[in-house]
Amino acid sequence: MASPLPSSASALALPRRRAFALGERGAGALGKGMLGIYLSVLVLLPVAALLEKAGTRGTSGFWRAISSPEAGAAIKLTLIATAIVVAVNAVFGTLIAWVLVRDEFPGKAIVNALIDLPFALPTIVAGVVLLALYGKGSPIGINVAFTRVAVGLALLFVTLPFVVRSVQPVLLELDYSMEEAASSLGASSGTVLRRIVLPSLAPAIISGVALSFARAVGEFGSLVLITGNLPFKTEVGSVYIFGQIENDNLPAAAAVSVLLLAVALVVLAALSLFSRRLSRHVQ
Amino acid sequence: MSSSGGAVTLTPASSGRAPSTASARSARAGKLTARTIALGYLALLLLTPVAMIFYRTFEHGLAPVWDSITAPNAQSAFWLSIEVVAIAVPLNTVFGIGIALLLERGRFWGKGLLGLVIDLPFAISPVVVGLSLVLVYGKTGWFGDWLTEQGFQIIFSVPGIVLATAVVSLPFVARETIPVLRELGTDAEQAAETLGASGWQTFWRITLPGIRWGVVYGVVLTTARALGEFGAVSIVSGRIEGQTQTLPLYVQDRFENFDSTGAYTAAVVLALLALATLLAMNLLTRRTRRRTAV
Repeated sequence: MASPLPSSASALALPRRRAFALGERGAGALGKGMLGIYLSVLVLLPVAALLEKAGTRGTSGFWRAISSPEAGAAIKLTLIATAIVVAVNAVFGTLIAWVLVRDEFPGKAIVNALIDLPFALPTIVAGVVLLALYGKGSPIGINVAFTRVAVGLALLFVTLPFVVRSVQPVLLELDYSMEEAASSLGASSGTVLRRIVLPSLAPAIISGVALSFARAVGEFGSLVLITGNLPFKTEVGSVYIFGQIENDNLPAAAAVSVLLLAVALVVLAALSLFSRRLSRHVQ
Repeated sequence: MSSSGGAVTLTPASSGRAPSTASARSARAGKLTARTIALGYLALLLLTPVAMIFYRTFEHGLAPVWDSITAPNAQSAFWLSIEVVAIAVPLNTVFGIGIALLLERGRFWGKGLLGLVIDLPFAISPVVVGLSLVLVYGKTGWFGDWLTEQGFQIIFSVPGIVLATAVVSLPFVARETIPVLRELGTDAEQAAETLGASGWQTFWRITLPGIRWGVVYGVVLTTARALGEFGAVSIVSGRIEGQTQTLPLYVQDRFENFDSTGAYTAAVVLALLALATLLAMNLLTRRTRRRTAV
């Protein structure tokens, strides 16, 4: 374990404790070493191995792997479904956060607590849960199993909390006085929403969208049962990767993995940059 | 959508001055529309489906549910999941606190990089986590030959499941502890140090009690994720019935074998654990809020 004390604090230590402090620094170095090993075993080595495997067939091999018809279709479906899902999340997530903060109704505390359920529920259970209502033998007569609608539905389910939970605290902090001032000066409710509320919420909405995006691009468990994993129809990127691993085609699996990971990281970085610029603009 | 949201923003303003009855009525209508849309969306996407599996599980009575719970493979899947959680969660707790201390209190080269590495499991697909572990620890992986020589089997066996679980649940404790640590500040720690406390004493008596609810919250999230992990475990475990099949893998197995009662029962067990997690999260946030309010 690393020494919890900042270096400035150990400088304050009394001289007679110097030998002791040296021993602690040794313990701190040991802790840092163990942490380094832990992170290497869990994250660094595996990611390095992934990059190496993706590059084993050279640039042309990498390109061939990600542009094969089946891989291309899976990547395209992943990106389109993710784009639709994050757009829906931006709208409904903000609306739900709004209702939870500004509205009062019986059972609000329970609804508020249940928003996090998709985070706590195992992804495979999320798939089963959706199938129970929207699968074969649906009690309401809607069967979307094995269709592209199911892909969107499952992704909406697992990413539901992100925008709600990032907008909610900002909305709580936002004070009424600006909105009151604007509307007493004659601004219509639409103008207040467009010029005051939404600009203040925009950075939070964007960060929620970024997290939803990263999650949706890589989502697997909730899709396995409900989409049927039909190539060219409902097969998303992560399911394609899974199939390639099963077929022992590890270089192709690694190539598509690296592509999806790169897309997620680029989008996360771009949105964080955009959100930082927006919040500076608002201030 | 936008019209309903817009109308609702009127309410706070109109409460400030004497509202005309017409605008008050339209504000109330707007608020009601917003509430109906939001709750309707939640009911269709979240609440009804979750309620539905409870109904589906028990629709044929308790006897088949009991049979499903006591099936040998269900039992072994349940206990394997518990075993994996019991190893991965303490590991991530100890290292998570260490990472949080290092990121918040330490000053060293590559700190930004460390922060990035910690968050990486959130950006990587679980399937990709599984694949990269196979590429290092699998038979044809980097350490495959060496591990075989030593007589260790990681992939397609319990250590691999623990590894995969630890990776996907890595960030939670660190991410929940860092803000608490920042809020705690270093004043008390420095005072303890000047009064002659050793680093360990300061950690056990000052730092850890100060951050304990942040850590506990992180542990709750870690446990929920560890218990439910599917994609990464699916790849590294080999899904051998009764041996390397965790509870989420068992749900899939039952479903694909048309044993819907078995699948629903295992899913309900996991859903109940998820609900318990939610309850714990809520109690913890309420406690934190009370503490900061005082």
